[in-house]
Amino acid sequence: MQVKRSEIMPGVWLSYLHSDKFKTACLSLSLLTQLKRETAALNALIPFVLRRGTTLYGDMESLAARMDELYGTVIEPVVRRVGEIQCLGFYASLPEEAFLPAGTEVLQPACELLSQLLLSPATRGGLLLPQYVDSEREKLVERIRSRVNDKISYALIRCLEEMCCYEDFAVSRFGGEEEAASIYYTKLTRQYRRLLQSSPVEIFYCGRAGEGELREALREALATLPRGELDFDIGTDVRMNAVEAEPRFVEEHMDVTQGKLVMGFRLGECMEEPNLAALTVFNSVYGGGTKSKLFANVREKLQLCYYAGSMVDTHKGLLLVNAGIDPENYEQAKDEILAQLAAVARGEISDEELQAARATVASDLRALQDSQGELEGFTLSQTLDGLDYGPMELAELCELVTREELAAIARGVECDMIYFLSGPEEEEEDEDDDGTEEI
Amino acid sequence: MTMEPRRFDRLGETLYEAVLPNGLRLAVVPKPQFASCYAVFAADYGGAHRSFTVNGQRCDTPAGVAHYLEHKMFDMPGGDSAMDLLCANGADPNAFTSSSMTAYYFVCTEKFEENLRLLLHFVSTPYFTEETVQKERGIIAQEILMGEDDPGIRHYYELLRMLYARHPVRDQVAGTVESIEAITPETLYTCHRAFYSPGNMALCVEGPVDPERVLAIAAEVLGAEPGAAPAVDFGEEESLLPVESFRLLEMPVSAPQFIIGAKFRPEKSGKALLRQRLVSQLALRALLGASSPFYTELYARGLLNRDYSYEAEYAAGVGTVLVGGETSDPQAVLAALNEAVAGVRAGGLDEKRFERARRASYGSRLRAFEDFESVCLSAAAGLFRGYCAMEAPELLAGITKTECEAFLCETLAPERLAMAVMQAGKE
Repeated sequence: MQVKRSEIMPGVWLSYLHSDKFKTACLSLSLLTQLKRETAALNALIPFVLRRGTTLYGDMESLAARMDELYGTVIEPVVRRVGEIQCLGFYASLPEEAFLPAGTEVLQPACELLSQLLLSPATRGGLLLPQYVDSEREKLVERIRSRVNDKISYALIRCLEEMCCYEDFAVSRFGGEEEAASIYYTKLTRQYRRLLQSSPVEIFYCGRAGEGELREALREALATLPRGELDFDIGTDVRMNAVEAEPRFVEEHMDVTQGKLVMGFRLGECMEEPNLAALTVFNSVYGGGTKSKLFANVREKLQLCYYAGSMVDTHKGLLLVNAGIDPENYEQAKDEILAQLAAVARGEISDEELQAARATVASDLRALQDSQGELEGFTLSQTLDGLDYGPMELAELCELVTREELAAIARGVECDMIYFLSGPEEEEEDEDDDGTEEI
Repeated sequence: MTMEPRRFDRLGETLYEAVLPNGLRLAVVPKPQFASCYAVFAADYGGAHRSFTVNGQRCDTPAGVAHYLEHKMFDMPGGDSAMDLLCANGADPNAFTSSSMTAYYFVCTEKFEENLRLLLHFVSTPYFTEETVQKERGIIAQEILMGEDDPGIRHYYELLRMLYARHPVRDQVAGTVESIEAITPETLYTCHRAFYSPGNMALCVEGPVDPERVLAIAAEVLGAEPGAAPAVDFGEEESLLPVESFRLLEMPVSAPQFIIGAKFRPEKSGKALLRQRLVSQLALRALLGASSPFYTELYARGLLNRDYSYEAEYAAGVGTVLVGGETSDPQAVLAALNEAVAGVRAGGLDEKRFERARRASYGSRLRAFEDFESVCLSAAAGLFRGYCAMEAPELLAGITKTECEAFLCETLAPERLAMAVMQAGKE
């Protein structure tokens, strides 16, 4: 399986992957733009408003009915960020015609529907409908607020916000609550038109359709896409060092029984020329899985937490460690997390650890080819990094990663932010009661 | 003994099935074009199987044993951890315990046979000591506490407690910090003996594998004895009315969440059960799905958003319909549901809408076939209850609108509904 990439229209690229092993095909379309606080919420709102109604299918009921008719074709808004690039658009999953009654067409009508959604929204006087904009804006505000519901991911987001407070990376893919709350339909329409004209477009397809047939269907679907001066000046700014000499510290209190510790690091030197294979194996050895140092020591051996793991952002050059701990164990858990990183930096990685990490990531990468959704995400990520190799090639590279390469990465890593979410603060009223605090 | 192939031409799939002399039920779906193999070895034993009779002896066990057992099965005699051994082979192993099943599984792209042997071996070899069992208690207690912090989990169990007066599905699968105190190595050995014999288990595999090899390995690793046949007691059958119809919970959530639930009686087993599963799912899709007036109107009014789901759950001999999401006005959602059901009672489901729902349901079943885990777990659930999950897409064509209407009108009658609302406490 080899992805074929081509520019099918000015500023519109197709990554085409032929495969006949799946029962559904995947088709995604993303507009790319720089992630910025002022525009992130506006941009994030666009696909959700577009998904409310088109000129042909004026409301959600008729859109959903059309998708049902196409045997449960699903086209949903997608907003994500890859480094500091915001990607917004649609992800479609369509049943392959081979498994439907003879003569049923899905690809062509699905492309038409995608075109309707992207280019022919329901409007009045050329403006997006205020009732759709208002209703989706409220939902976006709720979605931004709802990040507090899952405490594990909330702690991760908060750590990133604090750590990258001087960088665009602090902005979430949905933008900020305040910015979202102030969106108005005229402003949104202007931004929508601007994006259509200036954003590079990435399309991904994986399925049975021939490349020629697909290009034809897409060119027809996107015939009215306005193309102005394209904004190619988008990318991710990598900060190499921690902001201050000592790691910054932020603690917050919420009604939780288990504390959530998140430690944010700058990957540092290795980001000069990032080696994706080495970074992937590094994460696996340090905290990526059940054979990792964090899992084996912080959780299993010392029992300082229920979960402990790490993740790397290879676009932005970050390492994050998160652990669920009893607040009493805070100091010990933090020290042990740092001690394990120091061990990697000294090259204290056993043959078993190295072998297990290499085998696990290689296996995961090979398995990635069995999932269209993962192939789509992987391809977009590689494209935005200007890399052209696929999961199989990366798997092979991972198997060759050496102990010294991992140690070198760890030596360049700097802790920048420690974030701790713990239970309600102890009441301090007693001190006032006995009067010792009186001035 | 050989595996019997069954072709499903419309799906382009072939299923190989067999029952070993020791009673193990086996299903294999070969997928030569794929890189990954998925294998699950599952016991017909979950959090709800707390009271049972085996070899004439009655056992009543505390909440959380099945889950505790799952955690401890990875310890092997000699001190090895099956988790480590599988990981070292590049496999990605894991396990879960639901109220009706315990499943041990792995995904791998290499050394499949070695991994399969290991899986079968460690799950069928109990090894517990006072020390290792004691050591796990803290870890499981942390997991239970983590669940208590999770609004979704709390909300779900509160609703089950409003629906069920006694049935053990109402209790958390992992038990409570108190209930797991009573678990000893002896408890674990007893339950392993009762529920982990080949006759009470299923092995399902999908991937680039040879079914005959899977059969041969299973026959070689597992003993020839079928072992115990436990009779589980879920207690006296409950009425279909909820114990309590409304409850307000406070947790730090950003917007109020609701779950509406209703009980129904599932068919015992076989094709009748599979058919009922299809009827309930299609009926709910037609009434409450993405293209239904119920959902789209509430969405347009700002009373529902994308954080919304509905399902018919079948577990441990009971059936539960769950409809949940986020809303600023739970009572309005409940009223709209009652109105939608009243509409079905008065004039039936709209014919066109119903046929569209059938098409969409077919497409979503097709999509589920992409996921090996979903295929294998559905297959295992089917093997335990005597039906073949792969027959679902074919059967779907024959489900009638009348059956779906009857399911909706009966199950979602106003007096059968319970609603739990969760919102942030007043500051």
